[in-house]
Amino acid sequence: MITVCRLEDLPMGESVRIDTTPPIAVFNADGELYAVDDTCTHQDASLSEGWLEGCLVECPLHAASFDLRTGKPTCLPARRPVRTHRVSVEDGVVHVHLTIEEGTAA
Amino acid sequence: MRTVTVVGASLSGVYAARELRAQGFDGRLVIVGEEPHHPYDRPPLSKDFLTGKADEEQLALTDSEEVAELDAEWLLGVRARGLDARGRTVLLGDGRTVSTDGVVIATGASARRLPGDALTGVHTLRTLDDARALRDELSDGPRRVVVIGGGFIGAETASSCTALGHDVTVVEAAPLPLVPQLGPEMAAVCATLHRRGGAALVTGTGVARLHAGAGAGGVTGATRVTGVGGVTGVELSDGRLLPADTVIVGIGATPNTGWLAGSTLGLHDGVLCDDGCATGLPQVVAVGDVARVGGRRVEHWTSATEQPRVAVRNLLAGRTVEPVRSVPYFWSDQYGARIQFAGRRNDGDTVRVTEGALAEGGFLAVYERDGRATAVLSVDRPRPFMRARRALMRTASEAEPAVP
Ligand SMILES: Cc1cc2nc3c(=O)[nH]c(=O)nc-3n(C[C@H](O)[C@H](O)[C@H](O)COP(=O)(O)OP(=O)(O)OC[C@H]3O[C@@H](n4cnc5c(N)ncnc54)[C@H](O)[C@@H]3O)c2cc1C
Ligand code: FES
Repeated sequence: MITVCRLEDLPMGESVRIDTTPPIAVFNADGELYAVDDTCTHQDASLSEGWLEGCLVECPLHAASFDLRTGKPTCLPARRPVRTHRVSVEDGVVHVHLTIEEGTAA
Repeated sequence: MRTVTVVGASLSGVYAARELRAQGFDGRLVIVGEEPHHPYDRPPLSKDFLTGKADEEQLALTDSEEVAELDAEWLLGVRARGLDARGRTVLLGDGRTVSTDGVVIATGASARRLPGDALTGVHTLRTLDDARALRDELSDGPRRVVVIGGGFIGAETASSCTALGHDVTVVEAAPLPLVPQLGPEMAAVCATLHRRGGAALVTGTGVARLHAGAGAGGVTGATRVTGVGGVTGVELSDGRLLPADTVIVGIGATPNTGWLAGSTLGLHDGVLCDDGCATGLPQVVAVGDVARVGGRRVEHWTSATEQPRVAVRNLLAGRTVEPVRSVPYFWSDQYGARIQFAGRRNDGDTVRVTEGALAEGGFLAVYERDGRATAVLSVDRPRPFMRARRALMRTASEAEPAVP
């Protein structure tokens, strides 16, 4: 579990990038919190810098769009999903629970 | 339409093939490509592919699933060498012909060359084969690299070479590189990236000739050298000699229209099209780097991916029912900085920094004319850039139809 920030520091429409390896982006999409791997699966861009609209984020480099609920791209040029991670809020603090990749020993 | 032939199997050709299927064309789809490779993406060639961060697999534009869905006949490693006057037959380099009802011209552009550049150690960077050859040569230990041309591809290549530990000099004929694209103020800012990144920048002087080593009979006028011996240096027009083990020629690209010489299409720095990518023949459209759409030709990745939707719509409609409305956009990665630019800058536009500072940490600059934003440039400021680019797109769609 990774502590991200206080909930009030992540207002609606905003995002933060956590410098883990690989980095993770956490979004507040109209009050719902989502976390995904920050690096676009197309080339090298940070999704936390992207354009958030509903639960879709558009990559700032070539405009691939990802559904934050599933991590799946909704249009080209990305073809592969980004990993999603569970987010929880306890006592006003946002936490991310890393999804361990399938096949790797936890 | 029963058969549509896409000529050029790269970025804009693949997007056109996708659009044909997406817009309901279920006839025979033929894709002709001169390169033997499956379609790949070019921008990484000067960036992560050259430095070894990305491999060939990551360049692929299609995967086997998509190839199956497209259900096309791929003629790869075959050049189209002509289009008949009616635009109904594509002649292939191997003597075959393809009878067709519609044609999408997507033949892109080729790197402009320097006379006498057939010497060993002299490269251009446009194709995967070019990039493979350069990458191999650069992996042989530190070299003295001279990049001729300070445009985006030249700058990116120089940046990748310095990252690999080579000793790099960029030669630019103009007093400052990138002035036509960015205007003098911002071009000056981008020029400082070279020095910050550890490359030397020599401006205001052209190249007189390339020098070749033993085997070519010593120093020889570049125009007369024919591929013997390796390059040893670049002689500048002011008389200076830059020693070099590797020379990269990055002096722009020319549209691949040669194969259309016998057709009836208008050709002038590209295939002439209306603002909907339609040529003089209603069943022939052109997209990407080769297309001069509504009087403008651009060599941007995003235009090559956006034009095909409109071009295919107009092709299937048999006339122009929709113009291309978009705000030109490109990006460039050099020396760890990401440059993004959107809009149409004209000489005389004013420019001011609206976020950050020129000196460090990135900035956003807005170009204006008569109080209206015409273009926007950012260095490492992707979020405000996206906002500004979207604002430009909004104004463009409210105003008269815009072209690529
Ligand atoms: C090294 C490099 C870096 C780049 N970086 C950026 C960047 O950072 N940002 C950006 O916006 N843009 C960038 N670009 C530009 C971008 O890649 C181009 O705009 C894009 O490739 C254009 O696509 P296209 O399909 O129209 O043409 P091309 O990619 O040129 O493809 C045309 C294809 O047609 C084939 N062909 C040509 N003639 C024939 C014929 N007679 N018969 C059959 N086939 C033929 C060619 O072999 C080629 O495969 C870069 C380009 C290069 C080379
Ligand atoms: S890097 Fe995200 S779409 Fe290309």
